[in-house]
Amino acid sequence: MNREELTAYIKSLGNTIEVVDEPTQFPTFMIPASDWKAFALTLRNDEKLTFDFLYCLSGVDWSDCMWVVYHFRSTQSKQSIVVKARIDDRNNAIIDTVADIWKTAEFHEREAYDLFGIQFQGHPDLRRLLLPDDWVGWPLRKDYQDDVNMVMWK
Amino acid sequence: MMADKKAGLKSQEYFINMGPQHPSTHGVLRLLLSLDGEIVKKVEPHLGYIHRSIEKMCEFDSYGQIVHLTDRMDYLASHINNEAVCLAVENALEIEVNERIKTIRTIIAELQRLSSHQLWWGVMGMDLGAITTFLYGFRDREMITDIFEETCGARLTMNYNMPGGLMFDIHPDFQKKVKAFLKHFKKKLPEYDQLLSDNVIFRERTVGVGKLSKEDAISYGVTGPTGRASGFSNDVRKQEAYSAYNKVNFKEILYTEGDCFARYKARIDEMWESMHIIEQLIDNIPEGLYREKMRKVIKLPKGEYYQRVETPRGELGVYIISEGGMSPYRLKFRSPGFSNLSALDHMARGSKIADLVAIMSTIDLVIPDIDR
Repeated sequence: MNREELTAYIKSLGNTIEVVDEPTQFPTFMIPASDWKAFALTLRNDEKLTFDFLYCLSGVDWSDCMWVVYHFRSTQSKQSIVVKARIDDRNNAIIDTVADIWKTAEFHEREAYDLFGIQFQGHPDLRRLLLPDDWVGWPLRKDYQDDVNMVMWK
Repeated sequence: MMADKKAGLKSQEYFINMGPQHPSTHGVLRLLLSLDGEIVKKVEPHLGYIHRSIEKMCEFDSYGQIVHLTDRMDYLASHINNEAVCLAVENALEIEVNERIKTIRTIIAELQRLSSHQLWWGVMGMDLGAITTFLYGFRDREMITDIFEETCGARLTMNYNMPGGLMFDIHPDFQKKVKAFLKHFKKKLPEYDQLLSDNVIFRERTVGVGKLSKEDAISYGVTGPTGRASGFSNDVRKQEAYSAYNKVNFKEILYTEGDCFARYKARIDEMWESMHIIEQLIDNIPEGLYREKMRKVIKLPKGEYYQRVETPRGELGVYIISEGGMSPYRLKFRSPGFSNLSALDHMARGSKIADLVAIMSTIDLVIPDIDR
């Protein structure tokens, strides 16, 4: 499948899947967090897709919502896609885990929880990973304030 | 009597901390081991002892400054880390640097890979009880760090790359010194092999230990020589050739066994390939500027950019979300060590503590790369 065919095929998998229109490096899709888990299973198990390699998982904080950005590659078709799961409620950021589908997500989701405060539902061991257990706050959020540890020169 | 006493003994799982100051963790990593006698039941890595929040710092820094932060991540591959950010910025600005810059970048990157693998070989041998390897590895690595020092003034955190080119041109003696090193190391690398590869004790410690299947390597996102020893073809230099890698011939080293010995062999073979790459380029460095003309203030257009490069430990990804300003809105480093470490628990379960040391050293962990 070329890029257009792949994009059209993935778009046809669900009503809530939006294709990001801007020119992007990889085919990019946006999906509400509530529909993410079912879509993730399709991406992994559909014979035409088989995205088996989740190589990057990043949280992003926007002022009105949060994203979890997943970068996938298929080791069979060698194609890459990006999926952005959008979480509308920043104060109660919840999304389903994919640690049972891609094992690498277990660590990456713990990191996203640690730094962004995103709750991954169904994660086997959701604790802080990089920061101490008693740390208060989510440092990579844009509204994070820490007068002691953060040095600002702006 | 004895038999009765033994029957009455009960064993119980217990916990022990390996690290954060343990020689075989090569840095400050703490592993909480759950043990039954000497059998490892579970390994729980506790990270963050040197977490510096580089990703947050990047959100306030200019792109030129970010490059300097990256060589504090994987300090054994500082040049390649710098290159990842530089390539991301150059691609975003649609600047293509000239062939001279590409060639020099590639040569230095492969020298870096050699020096990293030499250090890995040295400390891995030491972890398994052979002091000699440490001395051999550092002896040969010294020649490379001398070349780096002459080129850019630094031996470890080099900062030789910058968006748009290089800090300085190469030293007039660069080609001569690199060739002298290659000549020297071609004689020494077979010695590495003689010392360990056919050593009975070494084989007992590594063959069949810490197996990782191809499916698990993909699922855990294990890249680099560690993943390739399990048969997972993931060499970024082959799949998405950057800099001058499309001009050179080299093999992607693949093994299928997935044990410690395969990971060891994969790195030894990679050293031969790296030398082969340098040989093809060292006499053909094109003329040209060592730095392209760039604007003083770099602003990336609004959008998202992902750049991956092959470090000695695997795939390093730089994911930049730009809102058009001088600093990125969000910058994420997909560090190879972080994903590779996540497979440690899976690989070590059911083995002995001594095997855990062998597994850890053949994954080749660099802790600042994991903690960022």
